[in-house]
Amino acid sequence: MPWLPILIAAPVLGAVGVAALPKGSDKAAKQLALAVSLVVLALTLAMAFQFPLESGKRFAFEQTYSWIPSFGVHFGVGVDGIALVMIALSAVLVPIVILASWHDADGTGAENPPKRSVKTYFSLLLVLEAMMIGVFAATDVFLFYVFFEAMLIPMYFMIGSYGGAQRSYAAVKFLLYSLFGGLLMLVAVIALYVTAGKNTFMFPELIGAVTDPGVQKWLFLGFFIAFAIKAPLWPFHTWLPDAAAQAPAGAAVLLVGVLDKVGTYGMLRLCLELFPQAAKDFTPLVIILSVIGIVYGAIVAIGQTDMKRLIAYTSISHFGFIAMGVFAMTSNAQAGATLYMVNHGFSTGALFLIAGFLIYRRGSARIDDYGGVQKIAPVLAGAFLVSGLSGLALPGLSSFVSEFMVLIGTYQRDEVLFVTSAIIGTSGVILAAIYILWMYKRVANGPTAESVSGMKDLNVREKLVIAPLLVLIIGLGFYPKPVLDVINPAVQHTLTSVGVQDQPPVAGVGQADEKGAGN
Amino acid sequence: MEPAKIVEHAGGVIGASWLMIALPLLGAAILLLGGRRTDRWGHLLGVAMSLASFVVAVVTFFELIGLPGGERRRAVGLFEFIPGLVDMGLLIDPLSISFALLITGVGSLIHIYSIGYMSHDPGRRRFFSYLNLFVAAMLLLVLSHNYVGLYIGWEGVGLASYLLIGFWQYKPSAATAAQKAFIVNRVGDFGLAIGIFTIWTTFGSVTFQGVFESTLKPEQGVLTAIGLLLLLGACGKSAQVPLQSWLLDAMEGPTPVSALIHAATMVTAGVYLVVRSGAVFFPEGSTAALFAAIVGTVTLLAGAIIGMAKDDIKKGLAGSTMSQIGYMMLGAAFGPVGYAFAIGHLITHGFFKANLFLGAGSVMHAMNDEVNMRRYGALRKALPVTFYTFLIGYLAIIGFPLLSGYFTKDGIIETVIHHNEVLGWLAVLGAGLTGFYMSRMVFMTFFGEKRWADDAHPHESPAVMTIPLVLLSIGSIFLGGYLVLGGRFMTFLGPAVGMPEGGVPAFHPFTVPGLATLALVAVGAAIAWLRYGRVPVPVTAPRGSFLTTFARRDLYGDALNESLFMRPGQWLTRIAVFFDNRGVDGLVNGLAAGIGGTSGRLRRVQTGFARSYALSILFGAAVVAGALLLVGNL
Amino acid sequence: MTTHYLVLSALLFAIGAVGVLVRRNAIVIFMCVELMLNACNLAFVTFARQHGNLDGQLIAFFVMVVAAAEVVVGLAIIVTIFRTRRSASVDDANLLKY
Repeated sequence: MPWLPILIAAPVLGAVGVAALPKGSDKAAKQLALAVSLVVLALTLAMAFQFPLESGKRFAFEQTYSWIPSFGVHFGVGVDGIALVMIALSAVLVPIVILASWHDADGTGAENPPKRSVKTYFSLLLVLEAMMIGVFAATDVFLFYVFFEAMLIPMYFMIGSYGGAQRSYAAVKFLLYSLFGGLLMLVAVIALYVTAGKNTFMFPELIGAVTDPGVQKWLFLGFFIAFAIKAPLWPFHTWLPDAAAQAPAGAAVLLVGVLDKVGTYGMLRLCLELFPQAAKDFTPLVIILSVIGIVYGAIVAIGQTDMKRLIAYTSISHFGFIAMGVFAMTSNAQAGATLYMVNHGFSTGALFLIAGFLIYRRGSARIDDYGGVQKIAPVLAGAFLVSGLSGLALPGLSSFVSEFMVLIGTYQRDEVLFVTSAIIGTSGVILAAIYILWMYKRVANGPTAESVSGMKDLNVREKLVIAPLLVLIIGLGFYPKPVLDVINPAVQHTLTSVGVQDQPPVAGVGQADEKGAGN
Repeated sequence: MEPAKIVEHAGGVIGASWLMIALPLLGAAILLLGGRRTDRWGHLLGVAMSLASFVVAVVTFFELIGLPGGERRRAVGLFEFIPGLVDMGLLIDPLSISFALLITGVGSLIHIYSIGYMSHDPGRRRFFSYLNLFVAAMLLLVLSHNYVGLYIGWEGVGLASYLLIGFWQYKPSAATAAQKAFIVNRVGDFGLAIGIFTIWTTFGSVTFQGVFESTLKPEQGVLTAIGLLLLLGACGKSAQVPLQSWLLDAMEGPTPVSALIHAATMVTAGVYLVVRSGAVFFPEGSTAALFAAIVGTVTLLAGAIIGMAKDDIKKGLAGSTMSQIGYMMLGAAFGPVGYAFAIGHLITHGFFKANLFLGAGSVMHAMNDEVNMRRYGALRKALPVTFYTFLIGYLAIIGFPLLSGYFTKDGIIETVIHHNEVLGWLAVLGAGLTGFYMSRMVFMTFFGEKRWADDAHPHESPAVMTIPLVLLSIGSIFLGGYLVLGGRFMTFLGPAVGMPEGGVPAFHPFTVPGLATLALVAVGAAIAWLRYGRVPVPVTAPRGSFLTTFARRDLYGDALNESLFMRPGQWLTRIAVFFDNRGVDGLVNGLAAGIGGTSGRLRRVQTGFARSYALSILFGAAVVAGALLLVGNL
Repeated sequence: MTTHYLVLSALLFAIGAVGVLVRRNAIVIFMCVELMLNACNLAFVTFARQHGNLDGQLIAFFVMVVAAAEVVVGLAIIVTIFRTRRSASVDDANLLKY
């Protein structure tokens, strides 16, 4: 069964269906969109259960169709463990976002945004889902590029038409930043095709094709800058707070939860494997940028007055962790980074959604406009606290596992740079406690502010939105093994093609012994 | 003698000991998810789960002592947590089971007490769910067979502590105190986390078995570094100097919380960590152990000094808790004998300090939640049960002969003096201070004349609150003697922490330090009598000397934190935000504005006259053609 | 032979170009554009004949088709502008500018 083409096609068809509905059938549009996204989720889960854990092959469910034969461009799709969990993340988040955005385009809510076309919004959401699945599934570099750029379009319209007061500024900034990176990447893609000289864009055949270290460096930079903007790494980050703050909550979830992960995913998949030597040469630079990002994002987050901007800055800090894990090049760190991408999608997604619920009720994103919400809406505040705690990587919640793995995996590289970075990165846990708890305190604790005194607690729809996320956050916090079992073989493949091996943690203690002692 | 080897275990009650953690966790989950539906019976479920956990602990304990001494360290594997890195499992040995019994036993009593104490609070169900959550996390902390599991429990109790300190979160002071506790603890956790990383890279394992029974001989420097990092973690959790400041603020929580978390159990986790890792990272005479001893000594004096000046009964007790944990930390730095006395003191302290806190809670309950001791006085008639139980707790903590505290604290002092005279005599001095501040508390609360607020009508608390008090005071009387005499506890603990080389030292009641301690305690109590018992206590606090202010302001700990970390931190944040908006983003926006300006100028070329466009096209075509010709000719 | 045709083609093109540049009446400019297109057609056909294949003739037909389509659209625009503004001068229609 051609799982991946179906997964890409289904939301596209759904989007067309939603858009083709007659005018005025807003309710039907929402229901159809939700149904389509649930079908995609079901298909994804069905595919995931058939995923062969120990086949030894690089990609599963491979499908390759010739697309532009004269340039060797293929519509090539396939997944390994890393891609699979990212696709699953997208498939889980989209129905949640659709349900959460139920009234985002209606023009209701205290924020009083103008009424917009409802069916266009949900149609865009489904198109975006197709693009997200496509970009993770692509095994052809050119196809990856196409999806990478095409993703921008629905998101641009979602921010630009359905966002907050400064939506057009934010949307244009988002588009220009991403496009700039994307064009650098296009140059690098073409140059890769030319220098590899294999007349193909298929990723597996391009591994090891570029050997000249100088060329590798330039191509690496082309790809890396695009991904660093997408992720975003410091100092390419300033579009994210604007975009995330202006986007409607649901779009912000997908933006930060999935779209940005394409950046870190691309670093792991393309930058490392296509240009291993350059990746090693640039490792110190990337690690330093990541550490700056971790601390800087956290400090700036502390100083924010706008809830959504604050969450966006925490994400910049978290992306620092992910990039650090990717470039630490140990199996722990990379598996941790991959898991981090998934967990961050859930925890930050939950935070954005709850911020959205609060803003929908109160009509303001300013933290100071709240106070004492816990007393008025305990369920809302409780969900806020749990997702916040996941954001600060509390053990027992999912982010802890990934942060722990990234840090220990970086620390295990017994070199000054890595050890120092891991220690500085670990100090992020203190800063995380400050920004999350301080925000929570100002929003939910203290005497109840006049303006929130009539606030309603979560209704059934909102509970349905947030419950699966919280279940995933807690479940993966205690039992991450199923996901890690999927990720680990893929990470081993990556490390093999980069040509690095884990150093045993102790001199004189081999891998086998270490495993025995760890059990 | 070395500690016994850890053996894998399956089946039996020990194999099911995870129920100890699972039951209260289930209770917490039911109460939190059930919401208001569970309001009516929520507290009963909370108590039931805690008691069930206690029963499992007791049965486990008996199964454990049924085993021969050398086989009493059983590892129970549970599940693979992070493949290749961490496996979850429990270690049931004399040390962990002692803690489990303390946590579930005292914890259950405090659960029962809370039924009465929180009976009028609309959030009682939520309170019990948090208490259950705490018990589960604390049990995970002490029962886990590896450092990562310990860390999870460690932060879990931090969360429970955060939730419970901020239980009355609508009070800004409570919300702030909760936040402060969590953040200060995170500073300690930072050290613990890096310590765990280093343990893994050094030993290739994070299990206690992998570390303690490792055949590797790492460099001493690495071991010391790990020890110091773990000590930083311990300082955070156990409110030791320099991370002590959160504990006094933590008294914003309901009093049962202060008794359970901030006196009897959670704050002793640091001592557990040091003792658990003692054989490898804090061996007698090592640098790390010396640091632990110094931290303990400084804290025991600091806590006592703070306790001496506080008028808030709970803050006084909090200072006392700091001080007593200082003793434990000090004791834990001196090998197997020290471990036994430190843990022994920890257990007896769990009883008498919980007793004192719950007594204080009973007083507050009677006095409309008044905490200022200057508004108490002459309460011994009004609250007889509370008074007598409090008195027993008081006698136990100051080390009155033959009561619990006497045996364990004296043991610590004797052990320390044997190894390090300076620290030992400072500990003796601390005991004298204890005699003063605890006597002051008793005199101000129960003796003297009435200084009550006008609307105060003290009444004895209901039985559900006094019975736990009575049970705890029974423990406060007899437990110490039972544990210490004949070296019973030291022998029991031996398989877990090792036995002293020369066998169990005999108990000598009449040594110089012992007598000196008693004398100093008597002097302290006498001074307290002269100042607070014999003469009337003013209702408003006198200004006091510089030293009094120093102690009242918590030795300027908060002021120090504020000027060293908070203010510069705020500045840094402001600068960073400014830099981000104007610097990084300014650069981007500046670039955008530059391009915009240039194109604004360039667009003037678009005149709207179609024919001039045509001319420029022609011109362009001519240039292209010319260029082609030129290139063709070259 | 070829040269003569090409010279004629160039002359026609130049006349057309000058006409576009100097005349104001939209209809005349339009005719000049057609002249330029036909100059190109002539060149195409000439080269086709010289090379002995049909490519140039083929393209000439394409140009004619495009020109015809262009005439349809262009004249419609001019007529509409004339109706609303009572002028066929391209210099009067200069609103589409910065």
